[in-house]
Amino acid sequence: MNQADQLEQVRAALDTVTDPEIDESVTTLEFVSSVKVSDDNDVSIEFRLPTYWCAPNFAFLMASDMRDAVAELSWVNSVSVRLLDHFSAEMISRSVALKQEFRDAFPGETDDDLKLIRQKFLGKAFERRQELLMRHLLGTGQKSEEITELRMGELMEFSLDPEGARLRTLYRFAWRRLRPGWDDGKLAFVALDGTPLDPTKLSGYLRKLAGVRRNAEFNAVICRSLLAERKAELSTVAC
Amino acid sequence: MFTTKSGDKVFVIDSHIALWDGSPANQRNRHGEEFINCFYNYHKISPKEYYWPREKFERYDEADLMKDVFEDGYVDMAIFQPAYLGEFYKDGFGNLKRNWALRQKHPDRLIANGWWDPRNGEMGLVQLEKDAEMYKLKGVKLYTADWHGNSKGYKLSDPWAQRYLEKSVEVGIKNIHVHKGPTILPLNRDAFDVADVDDAASSFPDLNFIVEHVGLPRLDDFCWIATQEPNVYAGLAVASALIHTRRRYFAEIMTELLYWLGSDRILFGSDYAIWHPRWIIEQFMDLELSEDLASEANNTLSLEVKRKIMAENCARLYGIDIAQQSARLGLPAIAEPVGVA
Repeated sequence: MNQADQLEQVRAALDTVTDPEIDESVTTLEFVSSVKVSDDNDVSIEFRLPTYWCAPNFAFLMASDMRDAVAELSWVNSVSVRLLDHFSAEMISRSVALKQEFRDAFPGETDDDLKLIRQKFLGKAFERRQELLMRHLLGTGQKSEEITELRMGELMEFSLDPEGARLRTLYRFAWRRLRPGWDDGKLAFVALDGTPLDPTKLSGYLRKLAGVRRNAEFNAVICRSLLAERKAELSTVAC
Repeated sequence: MFTTKSGDKVFVIDSHIALWDGSPANQRNRHGEEFINCFYNYHKISPKEYYWPREKFERYDEADLMKDVFEDGYVDMAIFQPAYLGEFYKDGFGNLKRNWALRQKHPDRLIANGWWDPRNGEMGLVQLEKDAEMYKLKGVKLYTADWHGNSKGYKLSDPWAQRYLEKSVEVGIKNIHVHKGPTILPLNRDAFDVADVDDAASSFPDLNFIVEHVGLPRLDDFCWIATQEPNVYAGLAVASALIHTRRRYFAEIMTELLYWLGSDRILFGSDYAIWHPRWIIEQFMDLELSEDLASEANNTLSLEVKRKIMAENCARLYGIDIAQQSARLGLPAIAEPVGVA
């Protein structure tokens, strides 16, 4: 495989890693500032967050997810992930390299690992994606009582326009990650705790989920503005 | 005072301003430099004609503040919300003495809030008593993500924070402004939510909890808590600055707040000097909710609602009589809202 193909595969792997808070890929958010592959198939990735102050636990999650996603490529010999310009950059880069748990990276600062945080934000991603897909389906004329009865397998057979299909893919991804044991015979749309939805209360339910989506957008807006300024600043310094 | 296109006068209280010193001379370390850098990047979501040069942004003086906020910025009264940040700045980023000195020159314009930090233990409780007396404190700004020795943040549910809240009640403080961003460390999962505000608000029903920046980055959790606790308020600082670059999106945030909290629990704040109040107020007074958002909010941004957000809600919390205050400042009387004919 030539280097261009390798870089493309690394990029594609990084596309699957999301900022848990914003629920968007680290590549579309432009966090990844450089990717290199050596002749010995060692991959080195550098990334930068919008501020020196971004929460280190999210930074750690993204860094270890990037490492794992790239390490899955069969030809990869080693992966290094470096966080730049962050107050805990050294600790995070080092412990990601050592494959430590978060609590080992910050000894004495935290008493649980990041599984619960990951779970919490996966739940938010699930709700956000679910709301968008349900609104889309309602917009195409589906009835509330049909949507709440729908099985995942049936949903997958729907013929949707490209936007609908995109939302469905995103949602299904979160649905499966949240409930790894579920098959396509299960209800497609359930509350976060797994209970079925009441079709007569669907609009109130969607109203609540809208807050989750808007919060994520809020963070994305702030994040993008800060990142743009930070980049402008860095390029001025470089000149 | 802001005058609408149709000639209505609107009294304005800016519930969140600062007189900070982030200059290199006052920076203790790289963290101090990075902190003001981060603010400066936030500043850049202003309209371009309001950009400040970096040196001015790092340290501006009393005259700048008085001109920007009160002469050019439509603001009639403003509240200092100091962030001390003693680990980053030698003499503090926000400084109570400096704020008070300016307040003494303009007692009808300015309210100088204090701050406390539960990690200062017994000594801090004594200091709080002194501050409350000396500065006639009705409110404090808490910065839960502030660093302190090895600690990188605290929660309102910590036992010492509970003692400080008790002391606040005792010395006559009514309003607790909480900057509730996620604390950086400790990194337990509950450092990510605003549940400690929920605890504190239930335990101290006589205190008002104004969650600054509407709980950013946890708007959804914040709205949920605010529906449970009647003494929880939304401070608009930071959110309001999105109105320029993301107008529709800001309207969606207002929709969320109006739906979950109603119009009586939202307080205007510019977060000066990150942003100049003038453009925020002009654009906010000009904003209307589109039909879809108004129906979702079950409310509109009518003049009556705007008056509440711009001043009346805050006046209630701080015991300000707007009519009296207008007279004292020599402002034209504000007509009662005209009813539907």
